[in-house]
Amino acid sequence: MEALHYLCTHKIVTIDSSSLFSVSFEQIGILHNRFKQLSHNEETLLRENFSKIPDLECNPIRSQIIEAFFDRRNFRQNGEGTVEEIGFEEFLVTMSHFRPPTLNMSEHQREGVRRDKLRFLFNMHDTDNDGTITLEEYRHVVEELLSLSEAMEKDTAKSIADAAMLEVASISMGHMEPDEFYEGITFEHFLKLLNGFEIESRMYVRFLNMDTTTLCK
Amino acid sequence: MCEPRAARRSAAGPPLTGFVCVLLLVCVSVASASLDTAEDPHHPTNSTGLKKAFPVLALNYDYVRKPFEIALWILLALLMKLGFHIIPRVSNVVPESCLLIGVGLLVGGIIRAIREEAPVLNTELFFLYLLPPIILDAGYFLPIRAFTENMGTILVFAVVGTLWNAFFIGGMIFGVCQIEGAQLAGVDLLSCLLFGTIVSAVDPVAVLAVFEEIHINELLYILVFGESLLNDAVTVVLYHLFEEFSHAGTVTVADAFLGIACFFVVSLGGIMVGAIYGLLGAFTSRFTSHTRVIEPLFVFLYSYMAYLSAEVFHLSGIMSLIACGVTMRPYVEANVSHKSYTTIKYFMKMWSSVSETLIFIFLGVSTVAGPHAWNWTFVILTVVLCLVSRVLGVIGLTYIINKFRIVKLTKKDQFIMAYGGLRGAIAFSLGFLLTDDNEMKSMFLTAIITVIFFTVIVQGMTIRPLVELLAVKRKNESKGSINEEIHTQFLDHLLTGIEDVCGHYGHHHWKDKLNRFNKTYVKRWLIAGERSTEPQLISFYNKMEMKQAMMLVESGSAARPPTHASSVSMQNIQPRESARGRAIPSISKSREQEIRKVLRGHLQNTRQRLRSYSRHDLLVDPFEDHVSEVRFRKQRVEMERRMSHYLTVPANRQETPAVRKVCFEPEHRVYTYDDGESPRGRAAQPRPGPADGVSLVSESPPGLGARGPDQEQEVQEEKEEQEEQDQLKLSRCLSDPGPNHNKEEEE
Repeated sequence: MEALHYLCTHKIVTIDSSSLFSVSFEQIGILHNRFKQLSHNEETLLRENFSKIPDLECNPIRSQIIEAFFDRRNFRQNGEGTVEEIGFEEFLVTMSHFRPPTLNMSEHQREGVRRDKLRFLFNMHDTDNDGTITLEEYRHVVEELLSLSEAMEKDTAKSIADAAMLEVASISMGHMEPDEFYEGITFEHFLKLLNGFEIESRMYVRFLNMDTTTLCK
Repeated sequence: MCEPRAARRSAAGPPLTGFVCVLLLVCVSVASASLDTAEDPHHPTNSTGLKKAFPVLALNYDYVRKPFEIALWILLALLMKLGFHIIPRVSNVVPESCLLIGVGLLVGGIIRAIREEAPVLNTELFFLYLLPPIILDAGYFLPIRAFTENMGTILVFAVVGTLWNAFFIGGMIFGVCQIEGAQLAGVDLLSCLLFGTIVSAVDPVAVLAVFEEIHINELLYILVFGESLLNDAVTVVLYHLFEEFSHAGTVTVADAFLGIACFFVVSLGGIMVGAIYGLLGAFTSRFTSHTRVIEPLFVFLYSYMAYLSAEVFHLSGIMSLIACGVTMRPYVEANVSHKSYTTIKYFMKMWSSVSETLIFIFLGVSTVAGPHAWNWTFVILTVVLCLVSRVLGVIGLTYIINKFRIVKLTKKDQFIMAYGGLRGAIAFSLGFLLTDDNEMKSMFLTAIITVIFFTVIVQGMTIRPLVELLAVKRKNESKGSINEEIHTQFLDHLLTGIEDVCGHYGHHHWKDKLNRFNKTYVKRWLIAGERSTEPQLISFYNKMEMKQAMMLVESGSAARPPTHASSVSMQNIQPRESARGRAIPSISKSREQEIRKVLRGHLQNTRQRLRSYSRHDLLVDPFEDHVSEVRFRKQRVEMERRMSHYLTVPANRQETPAVRKVCFEPEHRVYTYDDGESPRGRAAQPRPGPADGVSLVSESPPGLGARGPDQEQEVQEEKEEQEEQDQLKLSRCLSDPGPNHNKEEEE
């Protein structure tokens, strides 16, 4: 199996089978094929390779998705900043955030999975990596979401982001004096905000039955 | 001080009301019976030429008999329902459906005791009048996301589960009947299978009635309820198949294949019919901007027509109704005015509630009235088999389904699903529909009724404590949160993107394609005006702001501050650097107009109410006027403050100049009231009195942040210009066509 061979030669030991984020060998193989297809048999992927995927063009948040792959915070090595190119290992690690939940998870494990996935989302919003999502960054998120619809008024996005921020502040802070200022959404507030969201059962992609012979240049 | 009196009255209310109703009903039935016989003697006497005195007061009950009785029944049903909710202890233990059946039994007993003909839940009444409102209500408000995500599971349970139930129950009963002895040997296989079909289908009415009260989590609700809706197609096909062939005698393999083909025709045909009517309804609602009053009727009529059209061809009426509601809803809601939307919602809920109540009461009455043939073996066997087959079916199917599901169904879920398979009035009506030459009919009916009673009463009563005992996850009652909406959309796009990166055309990919198709083609045709290009996030946001504005209006009228848990306001999140105060962000101009119109309109009403006395009265009392003016302004200030606090729509715009004068006016001067709601008028302001007045405090609402006076001026000017332009494209939600407000109805 080429995938395994690849892993062995590059000494990837990060795939810990006891971890909840482990990907099976079969899936590694499938993803490896896709990696090679995207990178045109190169060793690393660049941003241009992602931009060439035709289906991604209709996606309003494509730039953020692409950035997420090159964001070192998602590599589970406590790094920061961005890289210019990624190898298969990093690709795999980023993909492992979308692993479906397993059946028998203890409460603690479930919480761990939730934190991990919400951390991924948080990193996507927090572009300047200061640990908080400021109003500007949130506005940017909403603008991106609405970017593909025509006839959108700029102010609408701002009001939506303002309303959302107001809600977060109300949920997290409760009561604030008129002259206090809410700095931004920290990770803890983010967790609290999306408490009922059940992200562990919603944020997954099925890796089974993958047809890699898809439209990709 | 009024409280104890009211409490005493309500404690005495329900039993008294119930007694009065029953008494009335008895009187009416007796009266109608006696009138029937009393009518005839009159006619001969009229022709004898004897001149009667002119009847000052005459009794002609026959004329109104039918509608009178119908109305009385409905009234009885609703009064009972009212009564149950006033007595809190009872409604906590016993689900409403049981109580209603009990009432039905009682009334049926009384009617039987006075030897009258009781109205029976016959098939036509049930299927054509009582069932559609309930199904429409369920279909229109079906949670689409949960439904489509679990569609595979629901279909498997509906189709395979019902087939399994029908054949298992039918087969086992046939087997036991053969063993039993001469008593039941007359029951042949086809009749047994027919009986099995009738009794195997999970009933949506009963499920709704019971599940509504236990507030279970959305997944379980949609699984059981979806199953009860979609198994209609299977039931229809099997029923007709077995009914046909129980006359013919045998079923061949060819017939079985025809049956399978029939199933596809019935279900897909029903869905198609429903979808066509749904699209027609959506298209019609595009043009209703000038006749807002009849908008809700279109929704109801098109849906009913869909149901009836499907029934004409023996297609599945229920699926047609669901398809119609689901198809119509997004487009109709985008087109229809806010008041029509509320009307649709409330009428649907009202009709379905009345229907449900009537169904259960009639079930009770029919039980007492109907022909019964009690056979211990048969009945007990049926009940036991129903339970067993349901449990086995659920366990077996879940085992298979869990291989394909990501979020697996746990044992608790399986238990609730098995326990929640209630049978109801559909089974009874289908049994009633059996032709009379089927000699087992009465025995079947008795068994069906017993099963229904058992499931509704026993299972219905015990499911709530069981749910609590097993700590099944309940529905989380969260109001709409803009953050969750943002993240739902974000997640959708993210997962679609990841699927594209993986090269995997999955669930999200196709959903995304469907959404884009919907947006580019369908919405243009079916939604009027600028709403057709509005992204979902924006419509959600607008809806929320509207809701908050409504809430403000309502709480404002009660003069109580809204109970908000927090006092965080807009200024807490705005960065302090913008010293100019808020630059004026806004939602789209016409939307903001709507919201402010709502608030203004409400204040207007208050004002009119305050002033209506003085308006028609030529003698104006200036003091009274002054006081109400102050009150009005105070209210308005308070409203605008709250608006800026809780909404993101800024309220710090002045439409009326801040100065206002009050004066001692001569008595003959009437305050002419400029009806500010006219399209070209400014905001309502009374013409100021003569200049020699004492000027009132010019109150300006506190603005957000510091604003220079000249800024305010230029803002105001620019605002007024825009207002004139925008007055012409009027808010949808406020086009309320009263007789005096016809001018408002522009689009």
